Amino acid sequence: MGLADFFRKKGSSSVAKDRLKLVLVSDRAGCSPEIMEQIKNDIIHVISKYIEIDLEGLDIKITQTESETNNGAVPALFASIPIKDMKSAKK
Amino acid sequence: MGEVIVITSGKGGVGKTTTTANVGTGLAMLEKKVVLIDTDIGLRNLDVVMGLENRIVYNLVDVIEGTCRIRNALIKDKRYPNLYLLPSAQTRDKNAVTPEQMKKLTDELREEFDYILLDCPAGIEQGFRNAIAGADRAIVVTTPEVSAVRDADRIIGLLEANDMKDIRLIVNRIRMDMVKRGDMMSSDDVCEILAIDLIGVVPDDENIVISTNQGEPLVGSDSLAGRAYMNIARRIMGEDIPYLDLNEKSSFFSKLFGKHKR
Repeated sequence: MGLADFFRKKGSSSVAKDRLKLVLVSDRAGCSPEIMEQIKNDIIHVISKYIEIDLEGLDIKITQTESETNNGAVPALFASIPIKDMKSAKK
Repeated sequence: MGEVIVITSGKGGVGKTTTTANVGTGLAMLEKKVVLIDTDIGLRNLDVVMGLENRIVYNLVDVIEGTCRIRNALIKDKRYPNLYLLPSAQTRDKNAVTPEQMKKLTDELREEFDYILLDCPAGIEQGFRNAIAGADRAIVVTTPEVSAVRDADRIIGLLEANDMKDIRLIVNRIRMDMVKRGDMMSSDDVCEILAIDLIGVVPDDENIVISTNQGEPLVGSDSLAGRAYMNIARRIMGEDIPYLDLNEKSSFFSKLFGKHKR
């Protein structure tokens, strides 16, 4: 066993597997980039009513998450939305 | 009544044609009456893999258009009298045939043959729809690479959307040395990702190149790939055949050299 093997903890096959699992989730969901863009715009529209958000840092993607009922991974819409400022709630 | 099986993959170059030639020849060796149809109109290649390129008179489009009868277009194999090829047209395009016409053709062939194997073109367009139109079952060929597996997943989705009930997987060109060192997905990995049942695992074998060069499918030979293809043919016939130990090649070498190391 060489030094290279020692440092390479993760074989490239598990990298391939992980990447494939992710890409197939969005493939199977049939979510085209256009639809994702629309979802993104709608979310911005709704949240902006209450909170000032950082549009530059906004990230929305379809990914996988472990299901709570423990029957494996399920697709999930993951949204990372940095907040700039909380607007004071209107009474 | 014969069975119509489509061999498909999505991505090109993963071994659909080689698989069709070898599995079809395997079924013929097992005394079944078999016809192979090259449905890749415009890019004919099953004929050269089978070594029958010099015998073509009529082709698939001629049959569909009624220029000739089916039996005039069928080419008898060099070695097995119960194996036939219906070649594709080289000078036409995929729109020369419709799914309905393909279904009619395969239904006619069912009367006479035990197995009708359709070599599907790459892609998901007209050629793919033609090839799957008359099929009872599908065999999806992939290699353990991300691009091929992703396309296979797409194909499986389309097959399911077209009500294909029986879809099985062949993982082609596995290299056990790479799987062992963690640099290639195993057939189990691919199966898990695609969530369909396996029907065969074929090792990467240089004998395939040699046999294609010669135009004689290697199924049934003593090579690992030759045995893997014969096992697939038997599984198609419903036999329960255990999977090959693909490590055999290395164990052969360890028989020769292993003792010195120990």
